[in-house]
Amino acid sequence: MIEAPTPFPAEAGTLPRGPALRRGLRANPLLVAGAAGSVLILAVAVLAPLIAPFPADAGAATHPFAVLRPPSAQHWFGTDDVGRDIFSRVIYGARISPLVAVVVLFIACVIGLPLGLLAGYFGGWLDEAIMRVTDIFLAFPPLLLALAFAAVLPASLTTVVIAIAVTWWPWYTRLIRGQAASVAGRPYIEACRALGISRWRILHSHVLPNSITPLTVQVSLDIGGVILTASALSFLGLGAQDPTPDWGLMVAEGQNYFTTAWWVVTFPGLAILFTAFTFNLFGDGLRDLLDPKRTFLR
Amino acid sequence: MRLAITGLQVSFGDRRVVDVNELVVGQAEIVGLAGESGSGKSMTTLAVLGLAHTVGATVRGSITLDRTELTGLSQRELRDLRGRRIAAIFQSPATAFSPVFKVGSVVHRALRLHGMSRDEATEAADRAMRQVLLSPGLLDRYPSQLSGGQLQRVAIAIALALRAEVLLADEPTSALDVTVQAEVLDLLRELRDREGMSVLFISHDLAVVAELCDRVAIMREGRIVEQGPAARVLSAPADPYTAALLAAVPVIRAEAAP
Repeated sequence: MIEAPTPFPAEAGTLPRGPALRRGLRANPLLVAGAAGSVLILAVAVLAPLIAPFPADAGAATHPFAVLRPPSAQHWFGTDDVGRDIFSRVIYGARISPLVAVVVLFIACVIGLPLGLLAGYFGGWLDEAIMRVTDIFLAFPPLLLALAFAAVLPASLTTVVIAIAVTWWPWYTRLIRGQAASVAGRPYIEACRALGISRWRILHSHVLPNSITPLTVQVSLDIGGVILTASALSFLGLGAQDPTPDWGLMVAEGQNYFTTAWWVVTFPGLAILFTAFTFNLFGDGLRDLLDPKRTFLR
Repeated sequence: MRLAITGLQVSFGDRRVVDVNELVVGQAEIVGLAGESGSGKSMTTLAVLGLAHTVGATVRGSITLDRTELTGLSQRELRDLRGRRIAAIFQSPATAFSPVFKVGSVVHRALRLHGMSRDEATEAADRAMRQVLLSPGLLDRYPSQLSGGQLQRVAIAIALALRAEVLLADEPTSALDVTVQAEVLDLLRELRDREGMSVLFISHDLAVVAELCDRVAIMREGRIVEQGPAARVLSAPADPYTAALLAAVPVIRAEAAP
C-alpha cells in the first residue's frame, strides 16, 4: 500500500545524459528489467486484439459447454465459470489497471503538486490551511477512505479512480511541500529575488523544477500501489463490474471456485503481481538513477 | 553619492536589529561594512534590496539611489531596480545557482528579464564572461561543474552585463579559499576602476576589508560605531569596539626555534 515518502537527498538530481546515463543503466539492471516489463505491459495493452486468441471473451460472451476447463493448449490459462478464455481476459485486463493507475496518479499530481508548492513556498497561514486539510485526509487509513468514497458513488471504474485519487493527493502535497519549503530557503532563491524576479515566476521556474524529482520517483513507485488498491476495490465489488475484464474483479469472482478451479484466481492474480512488481522495480531504479549521491554517476 | 542610507531602522516587531544614522557609498568607491556575526550587516543589504519583508522585518528611514528614494517604491518598481541597478552577490556561490539549470540559462534569463532581446542577452553574457576572465564556454555547464570561484565570477558577470550601478557583496569571499579570494577581490577592484561601480562590501574579515576598501564602517548591534577612510579606521581606531575587533584578528608570528 501507500508508504510514507522515502527521504531524498537534499539536492535532487536530474536525469543523467549520454555516457553517464548508459553507465547508470548498466549498474542498475533492475531499472532495465522494470522498464522492459513496463514496456511489455503497455505493448500487451495496445496489441490486445492481436494477441488474445478469443477477443470476444473479454466481453459478455458465454460458452455454456466449456465452463471451468483447466489450462490446455487451446485455453492456456483455462476458462472461467461462464466458459470465457482467461488468457484473453487477462490480456485485455492490461488495458484497465495501468490506465486506472495513470489517471489516478495524474489527478493526484494535479491536486497535490500545486497545493504543496504553495504551502511550501509561501508558508504562513496558507501553509497551515493546506496542511491541516491534508492532515484530515491522512488521518484515515487510505483504503478505508477509498472504500467510503466508493460506497457512496455507483460502482464503476470511474468511482474507483475518484476514490483512490481523493486518498492519494495528500501524500504528494506533503512530499512537495517539504521539498518546496527547503528549496525556498536556498540561496539561489534569494539570488532570484535579488535579481528582481517575481514571486510567481520564482515559484514556477525555480522552485518547481528543483522540487519535482522526488515526486516523479514517488509516482513511478506508486503505480504498483494504485493497481493493488484498484484491484482491492474491484475485488470488494465497488469497482469494475462484470463483464469488464478487470484483474481484481476476476480474482473476486474466481474465489468461489478456488478449491476446484485454481486457475481462475491464479492467473489474474499473477498479472496483478507482475504489474505491481514491474512498476515498483522501475520506480526504485529511477530513484537510484536520479540520486546524485550514488557513486556510479561519476 | 550613489547609494545613501539615512536614519535606517530595521526591526522584527519591537526588536530593532539595524539602526544606521548614515552610510553612503560614492561613485567608484568600495565601502566595507564590517562587524561580528549578527551585527545587522546582512539585514542592511536586505533592506537596501527591498527584501527585508521576506524575512518578516519592517523598514523605516531613507535609502536613496542617485537621489531616488527606494523605501516608498512598490514591489513592482523595486523588482525592476533589483538586478538592473542594484546587484547582489552572496556568500556561497555554489548554492546561489539553481542546480537544475545550466549557468548560461540563469545568466540569460536574468538579462532577458531586464529587457534585453535574445541576441543582445547572448552577446552581453559572452562579453561579461570575458570581462571576468572566464571562457564563455562555461555558460554551457551546470553549476556543479564549476568551482566556487568561477561561480562567484559568473554572479559578478551578471551584475556587469546588466550594468548595475551598485553591487552589494555580502561576504562574497568567505566561502572561497585564499588564492581564489584574492582573484575575486582583484576583480572587484577592477570593476570599481574601469566601470565606476560602487560596491558595498560586507565582511567580518578585517584583513580583507583593509586590503580592498576605500572606506570602512564598523557595525555593532545594528549601529555604526565608527566610519572613515579604511587606512585611518583600521590603523588608529577611535572606537574601543573597533580596537577589540582588530585585536581579535589572529596574527601568525614566526617564532624562533629554541
